[in-house]
Amino acid sequence: MSIVTLQLGQCGNQIGFEVFDALFSDSHCPQRLCSKRENEAYQASCKERFFSEEENGVPIARAVLVDMEPKVINQTLLKAAQSGRWKYGQHSGFCQKQGSGNNWAYGYSVHGPRHEEPILNLIQKEAEKCDSLSGFFIIMSMAGGTGSGLGAFVTQNLQDQYSSSLKMNQIIWPYGTGEVIVQNYNSILTLSHLYRSSDALLVHENDAVHKICAKLMNIKHISFSDINQVLAHQLGSVFQPTYSAEGSFHYRRNPLGDLMENLVPHPEFKMLGVRNIPQMSENSLAYSTFTWAGLLKHLRQMLISNAKMEEGIDWQVRPPLSGLPTLGKTSLNKELHFNTSIANLLILRGKDVHSADLGGFKDPALYTSWLAPDNAFNVWKTQRAFSKYEKSAALVSNSQFLVKPLDVIVGKAWNMFASKAYIHQYTKFGIEEEDFLDSFTLLEQVVASYRNL
Amino acid sequence: MLTKQRGPGGPAPSRYGNEETPVHVHGFLTEKLSLNLDKSVTTSATCGSSVTYGTSAPSESAVGEPGGCEGRRGLPRSLGWPPCSMTQSVVVQVGQCGNQIGCCFWDLALREHAAVNQKGIYDEAISSFFRNVDTRVVGDGGSISKGKICSLKARAVLIDMEEGVVNEILQGPLRDVFDTKQLITDISGSGNNWAVGHRVFGNLYQEQILEKLRKSAEHCDCLQCFFIIHSMGGGTGSGLGTFLLKVLEDEFPEVYRLVTSVYPSGEDDVITSPYNSILAMKELNEHADCVLPIDNQSLFDIISKIDLMVNSGKLGTTIKPKSLVTSSAGASKKRQEKPFDAMNNIVANLLLNLTSSARFEGSLNMDLNEISMNLVPFPQLHYLVSSLTPLYTLADVNIPPRRLDQMFSDAFSKHHQLIQADPKHNLYLACALMVRGNVQISDLRRNIERLKPSLQFVSWNQEGWKTSLCSVPPVGHSYSLLALANNTCVKPTFVELRERFMRLYKKKAHLHHYLQIEGMEESCFTEAVSSLSALIQEYNQLDATKSMPVEDLPRLSIAV
Repeated sequence: MSIVTLQLGQCGNQIGFEVFDALFSDSHCPQRLCSKRENEAYQASCKERFFSEEENGVPIARAVLVDMEPKVINQTLLKAAQSGRWKYGQHSGFCQKQGSGNNWAYGYSVHGPRHEEPILNLIQKEAEKCDSLSGFFIIMSMAGGTGSGLGAFVTQNLQDQYSSSLKMNQIIWPYGTGEVIVQNYNSILTLSHLYRSSDALLVHENDAVHKICAKLMNIKHISFSDINQVLAHQLGSVFQPTYSAEGSFHYRRNPLGDLMENLVPHPEFKMLGVRNIPQMSENSLAYSTFTWAGLLKHLRQMLISNAKMEEGIDWQVRPPLSGLPTLGKTSLNKELHFNTSIANLLILRGKDVHSADLGGFKDPALYTSWLAPDNAFNVWKTQRAFSKYEKSAALVSNSQFLVKPLDVIVGKAWNMFASKAYIHQYTKFGIEEEDFLDSFTLLEQVVASYRNL
Repeated sequence: MLTKQRGPGGPAPSRYGNEETPVHVHGFLTEKLSLNLDKSVTTSATCGSSVTYGTSAPSESAVGEPGGCEGRRGLPRSLGWPPCSMTQSVVVQVGQCGNQIGCCFWDLALREHAAVNQKGIYDEAISSFFRNVDTRVVGDGGSISKGKICSLKARAVLIDMEEGVVNEILQGPLRDVFDTKQLITDISGSGNNWAVGHRVFGNLYQEQILEKLRKSAEHCDCLQCFFIIHSMGGGTGSGLGTFLLKVLEDEFPEVYRLVTSVYPSGEDDVITSPYNSILAMKELNEHADCVLPIDNQSLFDIISKIDLMVNSGKLGTTIKPKSLVTSSAGASKKRQEKPFDAMNNIVANLLLNLTSSARFEGSLNMDLNEISMNLVPFPQLHYLVSSLTPLYTLADVNIPPRRLDQMFSDAFSKHHQLIQADPKHNLYLACALMVRGNVQISDLRRNIERLKPSLQFVSWNQEGWKTSLCSVPPVGHSYSLLALANNTCVKPTFVELRERFMRLYKKKAHLHHYLQIEGMEESCFTEAVSSLSALIQEYNQLDATKSMPVEDLPRLSIAV
């Protein structure tokens, strides 16, 4: 089944390009660690998901590019075309002349309705090219105007028009200290709207990825390009094909559907995060070897201590003893900063993948009490190595990891809202104070729900 | 807090360009321009759509359409379809000062584009400020939207009620850049009297002004912003310039009005400059979206410092010959130009840098509409203090990162501000950093972290930073930084202005020159001064919060 990707705004388009590039590069990576036949099956599966065929053999990304100003889309189309390896469809971009001015209200209330028809037409054309549509992957940022506002609008529309297809929104959480001054307003409006219309929100924080670039990849002058590449790597390690069942050698057909099924048991809990291990610069890679035991131990501790990367993990954090009453457990969690999960999905790729011991993740102490650990924890595997890593593991989890950042954003937005600063810029385009209040209410609810796991 | 709503929210207002502005569906790109840094800059041409202006539905692309793209499949080499353009801006320069600065601006803009666009193709970046015209065509036609540059015409309207400055421009090296149909001139001048500029000439030339503005707007595919350049202390720039604002607001309500205003310094030789300035301030308060106040004293101080650096003969301290910062002729040390040229060049650079991220590509773009969105938290508080670095480059080619950090530090020093203001010791409401050149996000963040502790931000906007990264540096520099601050440090300028006004007004000095103009009464003055007082009061209220501890407000409580 295929996934149609929607790249929205500057951020969405810049990242989208890196994602397709990472998927393609991995798919054609020489070091495979598996049989040729299997590699071909892997490539075919990746192709079906993300690329469609073109006459002269250059695959075309299953993507729709949308932005309200032309510069970024032009660059993205050109970069892909110049690479000669894959490209975007000739008619797959939509843009206007004047951006959204970092104004969520403008993206949502003006651009959205005005350009609804042509954008949805483009999406439909892309969807029709798929033999079987798994769903939509929407890449957008929260801080700006187009990705956030128009993104919220389009997602809502997709909910109406494609009610049987799944929607996963890849959201970029902005740096804590401003890229955009009104980013907190834009963020809360985006999150509250997406919470109602999206099926899952996969969140990447700029701050976290920035640290990975600095500490793990040893990049001195970090550019957005570096950040986007790390992001793309993480997404690739989640979305590339994996075996559909234990012991089988057929690749999974419905990645989005399976992801949602495993990770989003309840509509009130939709926030997903990704952790990836190992992640390092190519130079360091040559000198490192890994064992599954080591990788999984680190990954598990990253999960429970809410670390975003494998350096600087707090090993003091331990899961609370099971057998405690739930209330006691909650307060103990808070003290220990223990990150409780609702559900986890572990994706393992590479050598000897079947020998990995997963017991640590099945510990019921990691999870809330509603799901049995058998249901809360799932694992996907493939022997085919990802990118240049002999062994790699990705963990997609629905856990408390975003409680603090979300709380911080809501707090800052609330402080600004109380002084009514910048509100006139939103009411100018039809977003009233009540809309803000609705958003605050919904998000406080989300924070409270996650906090009380 | 005074909040003025800008009209009802509601159904989508249309940006300039009619409601039927059709879809632009992108195909491939056709142009690669080489930068002075040997990086590729791309422009776009949309192939694959045969939509033309005026039709409402995109029709299927047809190969071999007359005037269409050749070779739509694969990478087309020829230009076909007019580029899916970016937005355009129109500069309206009013009065002697406005026109002199404007002239410098056009000179710099041409040279910047000449340095960046070496193949002579009319691309989108150029089209934001220039039209491409076939001069052989008589009359109005002759606009060429693609292909080689034939003749560039500035998107400008030049207004002056004396002929001196405009005539000089038309006889100078830039004469071909201006469309003679875009001028409005008179002979007698406004006599340094705001009322003459605003009411007498306003009435007299209203129709003509409207007509020229409409014409220049029609030449734009998608007009985003009017840049108005004028001075506050005289008669034409001050009076007619602000009259214009009202006209623009009525006629083009969704186009931004960004005003560059030169405020009179303390030793200004025009006695009535306080009257003119205060009367003009009221109009700026009510009809401008954003104002960049400048004052001559600050510009003069900056130039003096540069001169000092250059003449001190320090080793390696030479201004790069190609640097556009200080001189329009490219000559580095000789002051052969007129006395205000160097100062005007700084303001011209300000405008260039302000629009760079909208014209050129970068990893974090900032369009003009984002300026107002991020920097104007309340409609009345739209005065932005600007600072520009570097003002000169040393002969070093390989500038280590320490210099980059120095650039950031300089931007916050009171010696680099374009008005007499000290943002560091006052309260920030918001701050924008617009970086050009080979600077990455990590450099930007590092410097913000470093400088933040020494700056005070208002409680509800503790992280009030807006940043942009444009890859194309200004000519002659590896990188540059423009900082725009919405900061209470503008208050002293306004307070002083009010004091000078009151000194004159109490004695009713020179008042009769104003009152004898039809429509002018004393109430005009009292209203103007109370408008300014209200503004000062808002800044006072904000300043009062400066030393208060920042507390988090109680949040909504949710029943779980």
